[in-house]
Amino acid sequence: MAVVETRNLTKKFGTFSALSGVDLSVDKGEVYGFIGPNGAGKSTTIRILLGLLKASSGDAAIFGMDAWRDAVEIHKRLAYVPGDVNLWPNLTGGEVIDLFLKLRGSEKNSKRDEMIERFQLDPTKKCRTYSKGNRQKVALVSAFSAQADLYILDEPTSGLDPLMEKVFQECVMDVKEAGGSVILSSHILSEVEKLCDRVGIIREGTMIETGTLKELRHLTRTSLLVETAEKMGDLEMLKGVHGSEWKGNIVQFQADSEEIGSIMEYVSRFGVIRIESAPPTLEDLFMRHYETQPSQPRGK
Amino acid sequence: MKNRLFQHTGQLVLFLLKRDRFVIPIWIMGILFFTYSVAAVFPDLYQTAEERQSIAATMNNPAIIAMVGPGYGLDNYTPGAMMAHQMLLFTAIAAAIMSILLVTRHLRADEEEGRIELIRSFPVGRLANISASFIVLTFVNVALALIIGFGLAVMKIESMDLEGSLLYGAAIGAGGFIFTGLTAIFNQLTQNARSALGLSFSALGGFYLLRALGDIDQSGLSWFSPFGYVTGTKVYVENDWLPIFAAAGIGLFFAAAAFYLQSIRDLDTGFLPAGKGREKANKTLLSPIGLTFRLQRTGFICWTAGMFILGISYGAVLGDLESFFQDVDLMKNMLVPVEGYTLTEQFLPMLLSVMAMMGTIPVLMSVLKLAGEEKKGRAENIYSLAISRNRYLWSHIFLALISALFMLLAMAIGLWFAAAAVMEEPFQLSTIFRGAFAFLPALLLMISISVLLVGISAKYGALTWIYLLYSFIVVYLGNLLQFPDWMSKLSPYGYIPQIPVESMDYPAAIMMTIIAALIMVTGTFFYNKRDISG
Ligand SMILES: Nc1ncnc2c1ncn2[C@@H]1O[C@H](COP(=O)(O)OP(=O)(O)O)[C@@H](O)[C@H]1O
Ligand SMILES: [Mg+2]
Repeated sequence: MAVVETRNLTKKFGTFSALSGVDLSVDKGEVYGFIGPNGAGKSTTIRILLGLLKASSGDAAIFGMDAWRDAVEIHKRLAYVPGDVNLWPNLTGGEVIDLFLKLRGSEKNSKRDEMIERFQLDPTKKCRTYSKGNRQKVALVSAFSAQADLYILDEPTSGLDPLMEKVFQECVMDVKEAGGSVILSSHILSEVEKLCDRVGIIREGTMIETGTLKELRHLTRTSLLVETAEKMGDLEMLKGVHGSEWKGNIVQFQADSEEIGSIMEYVSRFGVIRIESAPPTLEDLFMRHYETQPSQPRGK
Repeated sequence: MKNRLFQHTGQLVLFLLKRDRFVIPIWIMGILFFTYSVAAVFPDLYQTAEERQSIAATMNNPAIIAMVGPGYGLDNYTPGAMMAHQMLLFTAIAAAIMSILLVTRHLRADEEEGRIELIRSFPVGRLANISASFIVLTFVNVALALIIGFGLAVMKIESMDLEGSLLYGAAIGAGGFIFTGLTAIFNQLTQNARSALGLSFSALGGFYLLRALGDIDQSGLSWFSPFGYVTGTKVYVENDWLPIFAAAGIGLFFAAAAFYLQSIRDLDTGFLPAGKGREKANKTLLSPIGLTFRLQRTGFICWTAGMFILGISYGAVLGDLESFFQDVDLMKNMLVPVEGYTLTEQFLPMLLSVMAMMGTIPVLMSVLKLAGEEKKGRAENIYSLAISRNRYLWSHIFLALISALFMLLAMAIGLWFAAAAVMEEPFQLSTIFRGAFAFLPALLLMISISVLLVGISAKYGALTWIYLLYSFIVVYLGNLLQFPDWMSKLSPYGYIPQIPVESMDYPAAIMMTIIAALIMVTGTFFYNKRDISG
C-alpha cells in the first residue's frame, strides 16, 4: 500500500490555481524526488499533505488516513523539514530540537546527540544568531532524530555547504535502509538524482512526468564539450546530437541521454584530448517535454 | 598617529544625524510637548496658593516620595516647585530612555548588523563611530536641555524664571548624558543589542529604585543613582547647579571608560562571555502551553509590573482628589455628584475602567501572538508536529485568561496599596477588588473577539485594537463629550457597573460571559477550517 497518495489534488488561492489535478504516490521504503521550478506548487502540495492547507478538491492520504482530518495522528509518524526554517529567536537550537521531538510525541530520541554531532550544530546558541544553514540544521537534526515512517523534506539543503549536504544524503540513505519513506523536493534535478528511486516532475501546478530516473532518460540531454586531435566530421548527422557549436577543434553540443554510447564511440575515433560534461538540467528536460506537448496557461 | 583613531569622525556625525533625522526630532518634540502641556495646565489646575498648599500637605508621604522624589519648598509650593517636584524626574527618565535607545542603535545594533564592519573597511578610524555617536548624543541632550529650558522660560509662568527653567532643562539633559555613557559601556560588554538594552533598562530601573529607597530613608543612597542628581537640583526653589556639574563629570567618566573598552576589543566581540544558552530544554517548555508561556514570559512580567505601578500612580493621586475636584470644572462635567458617595468613590470606577482597558492590551497580545507566529512562519513548525489546532489555539486563550486575571489583580493591589497610604479614609480592599474584577466579563468578550478574528484569518487579528480604541474613546471620553448612550453600549466596557456607586450586575456579567464563550467557540470553529499560511 502507498504511504502517500494524492488523487486529483487541486488548490486555488482566490482565482489562481496553484495546483490542478496532482496525482502522486510514494511507496514504503521509497525515496521520492519532487521536482519543479520555483513556484511550481511543490510547497503547496506538501502543505496540503501536512494538513496546513485544505485542498480545494481531490484527496490526500498518508498512511491511509486523511491528510486534513487525521493530521495529528499522521504527524506522530512523520517528520517535516521546511525550505524556510523560521525559529524563535530567544530559544536555543537545543531547546527547539527537544521541543520538536517532544511535540511529535516520539519518546525515543536516542539519536538526538548523535545527529547534533553529525551536523556539527552548536545547540547552545540562540536561534537569533543562527544562519539559514544552521536553522536548517536544527530542523534536520530534529527530523532525523525522530524514528518516523515518513520524512517530508522541502528543499532542505539550500543553505547547507557540500560537506553537510553529504551528511544529509547519508541520513536519507539511513532512513531508506530502515524502511522509511522520503519525499524530497527540489528545483535542481541533479540534486535528487543520487538519492531518489522515483521522481515526479511538477510545473505550473501540474504533474508532467513521473517515473524512475531511468524511465525519464528519454527526456534528458547531457551537454558535452569535446576537444579532439583531428577535426571531426559533421556531428549533427549522428542521432541524438543537437545544437552543436564549433570553435576550432572544440565542439559543444547536447546529447540525448539514450544515444550517449554511440556518440562517444564516434567521437573517440578522432583522438579525444578533453571532454567535459554537465548533467541534464530541469530546463533542458522541460524543453524536451514541451517539444511534443505545448503548455496550457494556468488559472482562468 | 593618535588622530587616526578618530579619522572621519566628522563625516560620521553628519551621517548619523542624517540617519536619525526623524527619530531625534520626534523624541525632542515629544518630551517638549509633554513638558509644555503639563506646564500649561498646572497653574490652571491649582489657581490659588491655598489649593497648592493643600496638595503640598500630601506630598510628604512615602509613596509619593518613592515615586517622584522628596518634596521641597513645600511651605511655599509655587507652580514651579510643584512642576519640578512632580514632573522633572519622569521627564529625565524619558531622556534616559531616549539616550539608551539611540546609543545602542548606533553602537551594538549597527555592529551586530554588520554595518560597522562595512564602515571600518573604509579609511575610518577605529574610534570614529563611538566618537560620532557620543557627539550626536551630547548634541541631542544639550539641545533638549536648551529647548526645554528656554521653552519654559518664555511661558512666563509665575515662579518659573529663566535660571530655574534652564536648570530644569539641564537636569533632564544630565539624565540623558549619564545614561549615554552607561549604555555605551554596556554596549561594550554584551555581544548583541538586545542584551545591551536589557542591561541598560535594568540599570535604569535599579537606579530608580535605589533613589526611591535613598529618598525615603534619607541615607544619602540617592547620590549613588543618576536620578539623585536630577532631583537634587531642587529646581525653582534652590536652583542648585552643583549636581549638574557632578552629573556631567560622571557622564564623562562613563564615556571615557566606554572609549577605552572600545579601543581594546575586536569587532563583534563583547567582554561578557556570550552566555551559552541551554543545551537541552527544560521540561516546562515541552508543551504547547509551555512554549506559549515562554515566548510571552518577559512581556507578561513587564505588563504585570506595569499594571501594578499604574495602580500605584493612580492610587497615589486619590489622596488629594477631593480638594482637586472642587475646582476643576472639567471633572465636574464627568462626574455628576451622587448622594451618599464621596467623590473619590465616584471617581474610582473611571480609574478602574481606564486601567482595565490598559490591562486589556497584554491580554489581547496573548491571543494575537498566535496570528503573529503564523505571519512569521513559525506556526507551521507546530502544526507539522502532533499538535492539533485546538490545542495550540486554546493554549493562547488560556494564557490570555490567566493574563486577564493577573492584570486586574496587579492593578487592584497597586491601587489599594497606594490609596491606603495616601487617603484619610482608604478604600476597602474588597471594594477595589469587586470594582476591578467586574471588568472580567468585558475582557472575556475582548478575548473572544480577537479569537474570532484570528480564527477567520491571521490578517484580521489586529482589528481588535481598533475596537479597543473605540471602547476607550466612548467609555472614557463619552461622558465628557456627551456621546449618545448607545455608543458606549457598543463596547463591552459600557456594560460594566460603576462599583462602588452601583452594585454588581450579575445577570449582565453572566450574559457577557456566555456570549464570549459562544464567540470563542465560533472562532475555534473557523480556525479549524482554514488554511495556515505559514
Ligand atoms: N497563500 C497563497 N496565496 C496565494 N498564492 C500562493 C499562496 N501560496 C502559494 N501561492 C502561489 O502558488 C504557487 C506555488 O507556490 P509554491 O507551492 O510555494 O511553489 P514551490 O514550492 O514549488 O516553489 C506560486 O505561484 C505561489 O505564488
Ligand atoms: Mg517551495
